[in-house]
Amino acid sequence: MSQSRDGARDEARDRARDGSKGRSEARSSLALRGVSLAIAGRPLIAPLDLDVNGGEIVTLMGPSGSGKSSILACVCGTLDPIFDTTGKIFINGQDMTGFPPERRRAGILFQDDLLFPHLSVGENLAFGLPRRIKSRQERDARINQALVEADLEGFARRDPATLSGGQRARVALMRTLLSEPRALLLDEPFSKLDVHLRERVRRFVFDHARAEGLPTLLVTHDPEDAAATGERVVEVQPAMVDNSPASRPPQKNHEISTVDHREVGIIKKLSL
Amino acid sequence: MNGFRRIGILRAAPGFTMLLFLAPVGAGLIGTWLPAFGIFPALGGDEFSLAGWRELFAYPGLGSALRLTLVSGLLSTFLSLALVIGFVASCGERKSFQALRRLIAPLLAVPHVAVAIGLAFLIAPSGWLVRLVSPWPSGWDTPPDIATVQDPYGFALTLGLVVKEMPFLFLMTLAALHQTQADRRLAIARSLGYGPVTAWIKTVLPAIYPQIRLPIYAVLAFSLSVVDMALILAPTTPPPLAVLVLRWFNDPDLSMRFVAAACASLQFGIVAAAIGSWRLLEILVAKLARSWLTDGRRGGSGGALAPLFGLAAGAICGLGAMSILGMAVWSIARRWRYPDILPSAISLDSWMRQGSSILNAGLNTLSIGLAAAAIATILVVACLENERRQRVPSNGRAIWLLYAPLLVPQIGFLFGTQVLAVHLNLDGTWLALVWTHLLFVLPYVFLSLSDSYRNLDERYVRSALCLGASPGRVFWRVKLPMLLRPVLYAMAIGFAVSVAQYLPTLFAGGGRYVTLTTEAVSLAAGANRRVAGVFALLQALMPMIAFALAIGIPALLYRHRRGLRGIA
Repeated sequence: MSQSRDGARDEARDRARDGSKGRSEARSSLALRGVSLAIAGRPLIAPLDLDVNGGEIVTLMGPSGSGKSSILACVCGTLDPIFDTTGKIFINGQDMTGFPPERRRAGILFQDDLLFPHLSVGENLAFGLPRRIKSRQERDARINQALVEADLEGFARRDPATLSGGQRARVALMRTLLSEPRALLLDEPFSKLDVHLRERVRRFVFDHARAEGLPTLLVTHDPEDAAATGERVVEVQPAMVDNSPASRPPQKNHEISTVDHREVGIIKKLSL
Repeated sequence: MNGFRRIGILRAAPGFTMLLFLAPVGAGLIGTWLPAFGIFPALGGDEFSLAGWRELFAYPGLGSALRLTLVSGLLSTFLSLALVIGFVASCGERKSFQALRRLIAPLLAVPHVAVAIGLAFLIAPSGWLVRLVSPWPSGWDTPPDIATVQDPYGFALTLGLVVKEMPFLFLMTLAALHQTQADRRLAIARSLGYGPVTAWIKTVLPAIYPQIRLPIYAVLAFSLSVVDMALILAPTTPPPLAVLVLRWFNDPDLSMRFVAAACASLQFGIVAAAIGSWRLLEILVAKLARSWLTDGRRGGSGGALAPLFGLAAGAICGLGAMSILGMAVWSIARRWRYPDILPSAISLDSWMRQGSSILNAGLNTLSIGLAAAAIATILVVACLENERRQRVPSNGRAIWLLYAPLLVPQIGFLFGTQVLAVHLNLDGTWLALVWTHLLFVLPYVFLSLSDSYRNLDERYVRSALCLGASPGRVFWRVKLPMLLRPVLYAMAIGFAVSVAQYLPTLFAGGGRYVTLTTEAVSLAAGANRRVAGVFALLQALMPMIAFALAIGIPALLYRHRRGLRGIA
């Protein structure tokens, strides 16, 4: 271990402490500056500029295969290196580009809950809880509190495989929140839930994201999801495949401003 | 991305692993070829000479030895493959398929030597099969005077090889079926009106054959150069080529080393030529079958083939199971006269009297097997984890390198490896034994583990990383626990492979280390079936216990974790 690496780690720990303390006071934020993706020299999405404030939920929409999910992977640092990326990612004003995922602290939820099957519900939550909280009692207290919040009191020793879809989705969110993320990334997390569950889980996730003041980026192809946020929707533009890029002005991703239920129809058309 | 590339040791893992197990093979081949051409300074061979070859070709039994090698090697490989293809194609949807599937995994764990000893007793003129029909209805009041074991044609050896290699090819085929989504292909072909067997051969076989090609070559190489089974089942005057090589390497007349080296090189050439010819045959069959594939012939119901292949495959597995059972009975028999089906008196004398040598050989077997399996598993996991973190796509060429020790006949390079060990002052040490076993353990551990490791949903890792866990913590707390079952299973396979090694133990151990396998082989030559039974049974039991633990431990640890049952 080199000296500088240890130094960097301490710095990260300090930041983490500041971040969790200051979350309620200074609003956190997530910013993408000119983020674009290409694969094997073929551009995938046009450069994207985006600012998400704490407590705000911005929806990225686009047809499947448009690279929406890759943008999230790019934000949290797990993007496959076969992609070429440009642009920068800022969390709380700090440039996170090139940082390993565990130091970015951007929580992510996928379509599947991905609860670790070898751990109990409580152990899954404990996995998310930062090491900083050392005492056994406090860790247990935090976990119980999270379970209460998820309406799953007394479920700590249960096997995640025995939970219902909605329960698992709630545990997955609590696990992410316990890790004290500075931003929340939602990769179509509701698409595998039953229709009647989807509504409830969605509200649960959104309410928590707002209450924690997290800048949240939602990727979906379901206009209902977008409408449920009642906030900004960004249409992901596939990059133009053009042999003479100079001939046209560079295309930019554009924002559709705040939508409500009446506009869902229009978005539906767009996403086709 | 620097977080992903931090750990230098991990990045060195593939190179280190390749060096560790390809260097001895390469050095071993050269160290065998040089003496074949007269160059072996330790014995005063300083210049190029063809004397070894001349003496080899002057050996009167060479022709029969060669014939014996080719017949048993080629025939057993062909029969094993034909049986597997016929059985899977005709019985794939039947109940017998599932039944046999369960029987085959434990059979695979039984070492070659144990199968050979058991089979020798089973098919001997005074063996179980004859006893079952004697004195009535066969009328044999005394054992019939036919050479069923060590027959001059090598049929007993061929049968033994089929009993051992068919389960291996069957398991490899099952894995390939899984990967190619064979059931969907089959469903489509069936819905287009094709009979089951024709549908399988026309749509599934072309997809799975490339995946079982290397295992087939490994079987071919093994069968053409097998020593341990041949010592028990093949005739002795002359024996197959590989046994000749061993005999000459062990000859008290040191100048015979040159002849042995020449013969070992010839053995290598034969295996290389056989694999090459097999490949040419594949191309030819593929070309000829091209038009047959699309001529629209639907084939019949295959009704007659199913019982035929079901029975044949069942018989082979039955022989394997009865071999082990027979050894178990022999090991506790006190008086067992012909033609009694069961012993008239039983005792544990054979076990008791062998107590100390069982302990010695057993402990050696255990320590070498555990060490080789553990080292192999650590190296394989490190390579796979490195592959994941560097995101290197797995390429087809690496797998060929991995198969190298399985495609090169053992007898063709182990002498050279031993010479290398002497130079490194490792000859006859425990370390040399573990290292030599590692050459054969490692490929199997890799083959067993790589699919599960690569198929683990990468999003678990991403989730854990995004929760703030370092790559190391993700590995220890998420990946390894989730992959506990396949990791332990791969280790058990590695252990089983190590337990079965005869020739590597003989060469690397320099005669100083006795294992259950070497002991069983030397006892099988003697007439005492009871003692041979004890060692053969123990040799078969040890891998089975390892497999039971590999399946039992995760089942126990995760008995309350339903979600892990799907990950195998």
